[in-house]
Amino acid sequence: MDVIVTILAAAVRSGTPILYATLGEILTEKSGVMNLGLEGLLLVGALTGFWTAFVTGNPYLAIAVAFLAGVALSAVHAFLCVSLGANQVVSGLALTMFGTGVSSLLGRGMVGETIKGLGVVQLPLLSQIPIFGKVLFSHDILVYLSYILIALIAWFLQVTRAGLNLRAVGEDPHVVESVGVDPVRLRYIYTLIGGGLAAVGGAYLSVVYTKMWGDQMSAGRGWIAVALVIFAVWHPLRAAFGAYLFGGVTALQLRIQAAGTSIPAPLLLMLPYLFTIFVLFVISVRKGKGIILGAPAALGVPYQREERT
Amino acid sequence: MKRRVILERRYNVPYYLEFLCPFLSIALALAFSAGLLLVLGVSPVKAFFAMYNGAFGSWWGLSEVLVKTTPLAICGIAVALSFKMKIWNIGAEGQFYLGALATAAVVRYAYVDSFALMLILMVSASAAAGGLWGGFAGYLRARWNVNEIITTLMLNYVAIHLVEYFIYGPWRDPASLGFPMTAPFPEAARLPVFGNSRVHIGILIALVLVLLYRVVLRWTRWGFEIRAIGENPKAAEYAGISFLKNAVFVMAVSGALAAVAGMGEIAGLQGRLQAGLSPGYGYTAIIVAWLARLNPWGILVVAFFMGGLFVGGESLQVVMRLPLSSIQVIQGFILFFVLASEFFRVYRIRIISSEAD
Repeated sequence: MDVIVTILAAAVRSGTPILYATLGEILTEKSGVMNLGLEGLLLVGALTGFWTAFVTGNPYLAIAVAFLAGVALSAVHAFLCVSLGANQVVSGLALTMFGTGVSSLLGRGMVGETIKGLGVVQLPLLSQIPIFGKVLFSHDILVYLSYILIALIAWFLQVTRAGLNLRAVGEDPHVVESVGVDPVRLRYIYTLIGGGLAAVGGAYLSVVYTKMWGDQMSAGRGWIAVALVIFAVWHPLRAAFGAYLFGGVTALQLRIQAAGTSIPAPLLLMLPYLFTIFVLFVISVRKGKGIILGAPAALGVPYQREERT
Repeated sequence: MKRRVILERRYNVPYYLEFLCPFLSIALALAFSAGLLLVLGVSPVKAFFAMYNGAFGSWWGLSEVLVKTTPLAICGIAVALSFKMKIWNIGAEGQFYLGALATAAVVRYAYVDSFALMLILMVSASAAAGGLWGGFAGYLRARWNVNEIITTLMLNYVAIHLVEYFIYGPWRDPASLGFPMTAPFPEAARLPVFGNSRVHIGILIALVLVLLYRVVLRWTRWGFEIRAIGENPKAAEYAGISFLKNAVFVMAVSGALAAVAGMGEIAGLQGRLQAGLSPGYGYTAIIVAWLARLNPWGILVVAFFMGGLFVGGESLQVVMRLPLSSIQVIQGFILFFVLASEFFRVYRIRIISSEAD
């Protein structure tokens, strides 16, 4: 029983960086912009976060700086895709390349350094609940913040007027404009917020999870997050489920490795990636042919304002 | 009098812009990279000179550029083929590794002491492996609409770990002093090289593929089907062109080509299967195909330029002690600017004066 609780708790922790990136991408994609640059954003977030924590010793400032770095980098994507109507797939790939390169270039002096990072905060009362207390409520502040974000985004999308506008701009920006809301502005806002959240996920990796910086330490988590958005059919609660499932596979694989089994490490390392394909496959088969339900209709389509004379 | 800035869609793109856009993009990318280097306290003049000198400053450097042009051009053709029908094969990197893996398997288990036979064996084994790998993703996409960007990308990680499994485990050379690599390939499994350079006959394969790409797309029925689907999948479907069949086939061919590039890399250059056998050729190939606008001659030219960037990056590593991934920064900048320049190809900005109303 203890082993299972430990693995589940580890699943939450190793799923959290993916969760932040997935939540961010849900907001971005709901507005009709696809950002495939998550991997680059995670790395830039991880580096800027680590660097800030290393220099100032303040992990909260580190998270804030990472968020801003993510906002800045995704502003490039927003400018290219929203203002100039560029190809979103290529722009996302460019973002990933740039983020990978720039984090490796700027972070070369940071390799091997360690920081104190963010510690565990036992939530009073909640952490006393049997099993759930250990699995869900014996973590750090960022994990708790992600719980709040899940609820907040779900509520925002379903209930609020602004959330309705967001969903609408992803379905048909022309309609949104006809009722006096600026689609360009909305797409900018949610691309920036989404990028910021992805970078916070990256900072979680370096400031909380490993407490160090490693070249290309995101190891494909950004791409897994892109897949999880589809898995979650753009819903934050399902995103959390998917992210923890993934965290679980990763945690399990680490555990099997630590237990010293005869299964070679590289074969275990494949698991999360094979699992992604499998999950995506199951989702797609269940949806049948044609477009995936829940996908914003205008996803990936640049919005061009009607020319007026 | 009031001045207004208006955007106009161009009816046709002026000829000079076709050349100006890529060159201006590259120039701006280099300028921004220089700015970044300045921030880091590294002299951009020294850095760029080291890069230029390493790549184009000597015959040896130039031959090394050709060595890197080979996999880039082959992978570029591979991904361009899939992009042509608007299928995003981001998996050339993994297919490249898998082709190398299949080649090493053939050398290990089916070695015959004849170059001609080995060449046939290595090409077919790698093409089959990469073909299945790519075709699998194509089938998932066409049959169940599974997003091929994600599957091909995930398969990259799987392929790289698969190669690691073999070189850290069963295939490791006992004489390698613990390094993760197989034993060196015997003579008959090595591709011949030109003179005393490291340029191997893979470059001929690249040239043939560039020609074939042109011929197939322009003159054959299959090429017509690919272009038709790429331009309007719905219309193609009504015309009786099967998306499923073409998607699987195109992805299989695309995977096979990238895998053959992997074969060339280890049989022609490295002579064994080892870790980190590609510095990201599969990903750079996407830039190559995109910058070339999927045009075969363009792919050759851009592959050559990117090859120069890789060789330059290597001398940057040696001379300036900067990581090889620095060139990804330059690549990222180039893509950003090309994407932006696209806008100015399509639109014309005009400042017009009009009476205030």
